[in-house]
Amino acid sequence: MPLAKTFSFIKDKFPESVYDVTESSGEQIFHIRSEVVRDVLEIFKEKGFNFLADITAIDNLTLGGFERYAVVYHLLSHDSLERVTVKAYVAEDKPSIPSVEKLWKTADWQEREIYDLFGITFDGHPNMVRIMNPDDFTGHPLRKDYPRLGNKERDDYPVIKPAFKRK
Amino acid sequence: MKITEKPLETERMVLNFGPHHPSTHGTLRIIMELDGETVVKATPEIGYLHSGFEKLGEDLDFNQYITITDRMNYLSPLCNNVAYALVAEKLMDIEVTKRTRYIRVLLSELSRIADHILNIGMLAVDLGALTSFLYGFRLREDIYDLFEMATGTRLTTSYTLVGGLMRDLPEGYGKEVNRVLVETDKIVNDIETLLNKNRIWQDRTKEIGVISKEDAISYGLSGPMARASGIDWDLRVKEPYSSYEDFDFDVVIALNGDVFDRYLVRTEEIRQSMKICRQALEKMPSGDVIIDPGLGYSLPPKDEVYNSIEGLIYHFEVTMPNRGMMPPVGEAYVPTESPNGELGFYLVSDGTRTPYRVRTRPPSLMNYSIFSKLIEGHMLSDAPAIIGSINVIAGELDR
Repeated sequence: MPLAKTFSFIKDKFPESVYDVTESSGEQIFHIRSEVVRDVLEIFKEKGFNFLADITAIDNLTLGGFERYAVVYHLLSHDSLERVTVKAYVAEDKPSIPSVEKLWKTADWQEREIYDLFGITFDGHPNMVRIMNPDDFTGHPLRKDYPRLGNKERDDYPVIKPAFKRK
Repeated sequence: MKITEKPLETERMVLNFGPHHPSTHGTLRIIMELDGETVVKATPEIGYLHSGFEKLGEDLDFNQYITITDRMNYLSPLCNNVAYALVAEKLMDIEVTKRTRYIRVLLSELSRIADHILNIGMLAVDLGALTSFLYGFRLREDIYDLFEMATGTRLTTSYTLVGGLMRDLPEGYGKEVNRVLVETDKIVNDIETLLNKNRIWQDRTKEIGVISKEDAISYGLSGPMARASGIDWDLRVKEPYSSYEDFDFDVVIALNGDVFDRYLVRTEEIRQSMKICRQALEKMPSGDVIIDPGLGYSLPPKDEVYNSIEGLIYHFEVTMPNRGMMPPVGEAYVPTESPNGELGFYLVSDGTRTPYRVRTRPPSLMNYSIFSKLIEGHMLSDAPAIIGSINVIAGELDR
């Protein structure tokens, strides 16, 4: 199997940086440290995974994992029709990870989206600004400690007192 | 008088295109730097329709989130419904019935026809050809009537459930679909007659916004955008889902990668979708449209809920917060071929009734990211043509 070979090749090259290889719903997931993500993805690209289908992030606050954040890369090979998921773990204080914008242009906007919604900065990205929210927005909405429900949980939310009297 | 050889001096102008320009179809804003009428630099600004769907999904259970997927690509909501149901089923390891899969294919392909025909019509009307737009819009009405027959609503269909469909197709649905397909054939032929050899149409679309094969892969393009650049990639064939392997159809490819080729790919894909619809109707198996409710993963039929006490109790059991649908801990990613390209849903579950993380891989975001590269060096009047051919849906782009 070429995929297993690629895995062992990367494991030999970066022995301290590979956490684990797991499987979920038939998908191979490759867990690595964030520092080596660019080198690892470059190896995957050389081995035929030419298409970066998706980049996203997960906040592991209550889920558990190797670090607080995981940046998830879904790679696809147009030739061998294989898919692989690479998870790079990012530490909680000053979360940052190398950018892969040089390898795939599609990473440009998606990394900006992760920066906007999760607050993870990408080193080497040409234009690291918010993309969905306005520039003067504070906070990163998809973090698990960002409340989902209205005005009680959010302390910076102005609580409007109703002017009418309830019976 | 002596003519001096002094060049005409111009200064660059910054133009704010959108967010409410008629050709932006929603809320796209582009800041363009112009030299005369030539675009030197374009900076798209997105996020005007950002509504936090991914955050909302963390509070809604698996069946509730299907109503949110309608609002993403509002031109083909059924494709979104199907994609989300597929990923939830993959996570929970559910095998749906054959009839469910065929109905999902039939309705996805009808949405594809509606989406493509509207896109072609919009592209034409932005370039000044009103007739083909009206032809297309009339056909879209017919297809939306079909959706209304099956789902009860025209736009916010919410037709799928985890493990099946909300209800079966009504009596005589095949006949109605066949009638609309005959109509579709006529209208597609009419539009092609109007546009294909039209001199103005060709001048406005040929060699405009050319995407090379390498760029298409690097920018993550998929769907008709990638196929118009010569990439033989269709998820319905390469990674078949929902019984697409049972159907016989061709993958449409064009080689030039310009606006005209994207138009051609979409027109031909309508014909292929019609082929799939006819096969689905012919081979439609009988049976249930939802898995056995006893497995604990699906809602019981509405008839039973309203007319029997057991059904009502069971419905409560499934929908109560502390019991019911509990998927295993894990994650799943399912890519599907939506009219715009690879529509993927990525679910992470921590074993509770709501997902831990719901991610949509929106084809519009990746397709639109190449826009500033395409428009640079072109005339300002080519901007509507390029935006139209990308088929950006703001609801899906910003989520």
